[in-house]
Amino acid sequence: MNDAVLEKLKVLAESAKYDVSCSSSGTVRKNKVGTLGNTVGGMGICHSFTEDGRCVSLLKIMLTNNCIYDCAYCINRRSNDIRRATFTVNELVDLTIQFYRRNYIEGLFLSSGVINNPDYTMERMVRVIKELRTIHRFNGYIHMKSIPGASQELVNEAGLYADRMSVNLEIPTEQNLKLLAPEKDHISVFQPMRYIQQGMLQSIEDRKRIRSTPRFVPAGQSTQMIVGATNETDKDIIRLSALLYKRPSMKRVYYSGFIPVNSYDKRLPVLASAPLVRENRLYQADWLMRFYEFRADEIVDDRFPNLDLDIDPKLAWALRHPEMFPVDINRADYSMILRVPGIGVKSAKLIVTSRRYGRLNASQLKKMGIVMKKAQYFITCNELPMYTVNETTPEHLRKILTEPKKRKGDDDQQMKIIFPD
Amino acid sequence: MLVFFYDKTFEGLLTAVFDAYSRKTFPDKLLGEGDIAPLFMDDSYTVLTQEDKSVRVWTALEKKLSKLACNMITHAWLSEAEGCDDLLFRYIRKAIDSKVSIETNFGDSDVLEIHQIARKVSHEAQYLRMFVRFQKAADDIFFAPVSPVYNALPIAVDHFTDRFADQKWVIYDLKRKYGYYYDLKTTSEITLTDDNHLLSGKLDENLMAEDEKLFQELWKGYFKSMTIKERINLRLQRQHMPKRFWKYLTEKQ
Repeated sequence: MNDAVLEKLKVLAESAKYDVSCSSSGTVRKNKVGTLGNTVGGMGICHSFTEDGRCVSLLKIMLTNNCIYDCAYCINRRSNDIRRATFTVNELVDLTIQFYRRNYIEGLFLSSGVINNPDYTMERMVRVIKELRTIHRFNGYIHMKSIPGASQELVNEAGLYADRMSVNLEIPTEQNLKLLAPEKDHISVFQPMRYIQQGMLQSIEDRKRIRSTPRFVPAGQSTQMIVGATNETDKDIIRLSALLYKRPSMKRVYYSGFIPVNSYDKRLPVLASAPLVRENRLYQADWLMRFYEFRADEIVDDRFPNLDLDIDPKLAWALRHPEMFPVDINRADYSMILRVPGIGVKSAKLIVTSRRYGRLNASQLKKMGIVMKKAQYFITCNELPMYTVNETTPEHLRKILTEPKKRKGDDDQQMKIIFPD
Repeated sequence: MLVFFYDKTFEGLLTAVFDAYSRKTFPDKLLGEGDIAPLFMDDSYTVLTQEDKSVRVWTALEKKLSKLACNMITHAWLSEAEGCDDLLFRYIRKAIDSKVSIETNFGDSDVLEIHQIARKVSHEAQYLRMFVRFQKAADDIFFAPVSPVYNALPIAVDHFTDRFADQKWVIYDLKRKYGYYYDLKTTSEITLTDDNHLLSGKLDENLMAEDEKLFQELWKGYFKSMTIKERINLRLQRQHMPKRFWKYLTEKQ
């Protein structure tokens, strides 16, 4: 451990940071006597936040940033003139454990550029996590990338030590992937995904009969798509996500707003700034599918292939379907209450449990944390009928809700009337 | 107005509940012994904390409420918030008097408020799990200073005992002047006699283990490299990682 390691660490962190996956959730594993580490499950634990506001939960690092591929969107592409470095197994193991002991991290997120061939690279990565688990008895979280094109044997071995594995889809459609990364194809991504899923389901089956069978990737797998590097619509992306979430092992799909790291490449679009708002809307849509019981075709369809950047997808859905509202807070199903803009999962649960004791009114709802600014147009509760979306018309309501926030200096005394066009 | 004076301990609060029921008079306000009495006090009563009484009240509550709600009560108590004892008293009284469980009646403002305070305290405990930073001292003890806004350390400490089972560590609350020490077997509460040198949140360099400085440098270097320049968003960073934690964070020192 010395300054050379510090240099390597900086270079390889620089190369690894564009991977968005950060979660340390999904596995609950208690520590054993005399060993280091546990995993908490639930939401996982973030340990720090960098200046871009992204969390640092795992030591996200590459084994090497040498790569035989030349993908247009990637900073580590073969033709880029950047500093290259490679960690030895010992250095990486030592770093992980020492960082973990100081509560800097939840565990290791190991990724790598491809050297020689996928299997050769994968073998080296497996060696790191195997050493952590078997020799150092490290019980913390391990997330390992599976290299596209790696063999089933190696995926099976990695799965015994990793909590979560991931293979990045990067570009949502095959034809665009071919454009930006001619050496890659979707088969080489879907194949390892299938291996991971097979191993997982197999282990779950086996553990029903023999409890001591080791767990295989207990936290499932995730993947990532780059948004804005190619011309896919949000419909393409969300449909693909919905298909991926149908697989029992797929826990998360991450969206990465395209950052032009190789701006000289003419195949890539020229963007004034990273599409951060679009990325945010995609995550919101993703949440709607995972926690709010929305179907993909309710969020985007042929008439509206792209998400509205000014309003969130849930509000957009509500404005397209005024006939579903107003919702009676004191009677409606949980699933319908979830669909009201301004009510989240937590407050929907609070409402459903509380209304058994008596009818709820608007001030109680406000206290519970419901965003009445939005919700008031979509609900009725134990009060006189309110001014709902049907009276205001969706177009006008959209205008009210997208009005820029009032500044401090504005005159509150002056009455303002917005006239419908 | 009826005022109960008690010793500002949790057992004292439970004893106050017991005494209120046996006297059949319920206080409008709870005050600590020696606090200034309000202007319009008709009557007062001083609670003598007794363990058997407080245990009886607690077992009654455990029968009446779910484990979750009992945890909520202890969490809310640890908030040390002004007026929280009055709130807890009202909550406990409602729980005892009601024939059906009140714990999910969030339309009731007391129930909702206890729920919200308890949530804040458990979030503070989560902050501790996130932002505790150990520094390795020369005697191989990992040391971490903290100063949470609520007294959340007792809630978070089990997590550290489980996780760092093979290293000695101390987590010390500088604000409340107590901490926990794990000696490879059990975790026990400790109080340091002299903690002035810890106030900066950083161990003195000659107290550090010899490789400690290096790992701190490595971590700082890593943390800096992880930022994506095109996405800088300092507001978001502060929102997730409030500034009050920064003085103990290695990467922010």
